[in-house]
Amino acid sequence: MKRAILAIAVTALGLSLSAGAFAAGDDVKHPEQRSWSWDGVFGKFDRSQMQRGYQVYKEVCAACHALQYVSFRNLTEIGFSDGQAKALAASYEVDDGPNDDGEMFKRPGRLADPLPKPFANEKAARAANNGAFPPNLSLITKARHDGPNYLYSLMVGYGQPPAGVKLSEGMNYNPYFSGNQIAMAPPLADGAVQYGDNTQATVKQMAEDVTAFLTWAAEPSLEARKRLGFKVMIFLLVMTGLFIAAKQRVWRDLH
Amino acid sequence: MTAAEHGHGGGMPRRDFLIVATGTVAVVGAAAAVWPLVDSMNPASDTLALASTEVDLGPIAEGQSITVQWRGKPVFIRHRTADEIKQARATDAATLPDPMRDEERAPNAKWLVLVGVCTHLGCIPLGQKNAEPKGEFGGWFCPCHGSHYDTSGRIRKGPAPANLEVPKYTFLTDTKVRIG
Amino acid sequence: MSEMQLKNPMLRWIEYRLPIFSFIDHSVGSQYPAPKNLNYWWNFGSLAGIALVMQIATGIMLAMHYTPHADMAFDSVERIMREVNYGWLLRYFHANGASLFFLVVYIHIFRGLYYGSYKYPRELLWWFGLIIFVLMMATAFMGYVLPWGQMSYWAATVITNLFTAIPWIGVGITEWLWGGFTVGNPTLVRFYSLHYLLPFVIVGAVFLHLWALHQHKSNNPLGIDIKGPQDTIPFHPYYTYKDLVGLGVFLVVLFGFVFYHPNYMGHPDNYIPANPLQTPAHIVPEWYFLPFYAILRAIPSKLGGVIVMAASILVLFLIPWLDTSRVRSTKFRPVYRWFFIFLVIDVVLLGIVGAKPPEGIWILIGRLATLYYFLHFIIFMPFVGWFERPLPIPDSIHQPVLGAAVGAAAAGENKR
Repeated sequence: MKRAILAIAVTALGLSLSAGAFAAGDDVKHPEQRSWSWDGVFGKFDRSQMQRGYQVYKEVCAACHALQYVSFRNLTEIGFSDGQAKALAASYEVDDGPNDDGEMFKRPGRLADPLPKPFANEKAARAANNGAFPPNLSLITKARHDGPNYLYSLMVGYGQPPAGVKLSEGMNYNPYFSGNQIAMAPPLADGAVQYGDNTQATVKQMAEDVTAFLTWAAEPSLEARKRLGFKVMIFLLVMTGLFIAAKQRVWRDLH
Repeated sequence: MTAAEHGHGGGMPRRDFLIVATGTVAVVGAAAAVWPLVDSMNPASDTLALASTEVDLGPIAEGQSITVQWRGKPVFIRHRTADEIKQARATDAATLPDPMRDEERAPNAKWLVLVGVCTHLGCIPLGQKNAEPKGEFGGWFCPCHGSHYDTSGRIRKGPAPANLEVPKYTFLTDTKVRIG
Repeated sequence: MSEMQLKNPMLRWIEYRLPIFSFIDHSVGSQYPAPKNLNYWWNFGSLAGIALVMQIATGIMLAMHYTPHADMAFDSVERIMREVNYGWLLRYFHANGASLFFLVVYIHIFRGLYYGSYKYPRELLWWFGLIIFVLMMATAFMGYVLPWGQMSYWAATVITNLFTAIPWIGVGITEWLWGGFTVGNPTLVRFYSLHYLLPFVIVGAVFLHLWALHQHKSNNPLGIDIKGPQDTIPFHPYYTYKDLVGLGVFLVVLFGFVFYHPNYMGHPDNYIPANPLQTPAHIVPEWYFLPFYAILRAIPSKLGGVIVMAASILVLFLIPWLDTSRVRSTKFRPVYRWFFIFLVIDVVLLGIVGAKPPEGIWILIGRLATLYYFLHFIIFMPFVGWFERPLPIPDSIHQPVLGAAVGAAAAGENKR
């Protein structure tokens, strides 16, 4: 009886949880399932991959997509030195002010500055992009189901529409996108960036790298979380073991 | 077996190693769990990132002071006159309430950099503008409780216990200083 | 209350003036007698209490960093996740803790249902429990709004719109709730205020719940009354240590989510800032609201849906009188036992329906499951109670002397 209830309870939990995760659209292709370096209990980011991914973001995505929750100082977390991060920051002009004359002014970026946005606001972004709004990428891998796989699949998934599918004006065919029509033109092409570490900049390689970078951007605490998690879980298991033993000891002489 | 037979403390052996070990581990766990709660109140990383400020000294004429914000606090930067420097260096440090030589406080004698917070109870002393009272020693004067600071920012008279703090700073160039 | 014999003079000094130590000892200590046969299902009450305290502790810390303003709420949550020391841990703990708090409370409620813990003389105890549950739902709902993501915003919109179903005054009430003509900044700020307040109201209700509990003591798996001291053991150390085991397992599960699947029970759309001009394609409440959401959608009329959803909770207040059985524990109710299992399946089914888009077969399933939910309490509960022949019931908790099967079962219970 008790087992039955327990079984029901466990299935119930499982079902109600999985039931929440049904696919978002009907004709949307399921993202390609890949394995990533940050998967699993001991998952870690690959620093050089993230630096390549940052390069892709900077040279390709940043033209339209903001990443304002990441600051230049955060770039040291993906393996840039303090000096490199500073130089990157200084290569941008950022708005500051007002100064003593009450005027806004431009100054070179500093470590504490967030990465600059390509558009001042959503309206400006839509005006420049045919009415479409390129989303802020700071959280993109958490803001989509199966985020990293989805992002990768979307990057590499562009193609010719199958016969019978009519695209609207200015739209592109992508089976992984909700509705299969996406305003963003294929962002990557072989050799779109020139990697400093001699990695071949193929579309797949760049998609993988930028996915790694954006996964970090969405969850910079991931490594700290898994590291701390392992210690805490070990501690909790030992503690629970001791609780069980102590309970047995206390109850031992009752029977 | 009844509750009465067990009495106070029930079936728990008093100095049982297992029980003691369990209790210890539970207390350690609880204490460790409190740390993230406490630490979350410490300055966050974006707050710490603002912990250094770079200042261009070019526009500050001799005899002028500016106030910049560093960690939310006012920092006084004064381009001292030869007279002020002479006055500060001539004073015998040993006789002061908080003995300190001006050479230690302002290695680059022209420039005096101070945290503009009175060491008594945290008010901001007057004396940055030429029209403001500078106290009896020509430096700064705290209006809250009447502390007088000299041209080296040292306490000379009044309730403040210590000299105005000199923050950590480095000259990046002749006219550029980084505070923090 | 008898004064305690304390060795430490400092404690004795305090105890003489404020008998707090004997109060604790009489409440959850060695002077509080509990039935000796409580099984692990009885862990979930104290676990719920601990979960409440942990939610309040992490919530207070989060409130120190959160900004309740429509323009800044989302960013302030991200700042907690990225900049605040251990902010990610606090937020993930708070979010997943809320989910597991509900899981614990649901198990606690079903335990009460199975063992007849709502029956005479524990009706008020049951009522206070239900009041806590309703307060929890309100608190959780308002807390979910605070990150001001897409799901936050649209959950707030949909749930507050329930009140527009009230004839004549519905729109007025809803605009009063919003402080505007739609969910907006005034709504967010008041939800924040109430989300901070309600947990302390819950604490108050928990005290009443415990007060009522202490009057007639815990029910037990046999559902029979305590006849004397031979039926009880002191709460401390027996149940304190037994509860620790449950706590350990609970923490392993909770931290497993926090560290390895922190967003599993969340929804990706809530990482998109609230946009009052665009509703996400599929909006679903958090899993713990799904059964009620399914009941709401099962009724094709707006007002009807709201009424039936409210009734699905209100009916629980009536079950001390709807249950006509002479015995408490379903253990001795061979017929009702099946109905109980069907009820559990039905509620799970409602939860699944709640997560599905209201289309096709799911509409029919949702309606049947809703119908069954009410049939269970309004028809089966009283009628099974009247017609069922309960199994023989043991004389006492101490010596379950009746038929061999029962005796063995009860003895097994005791071994736990």
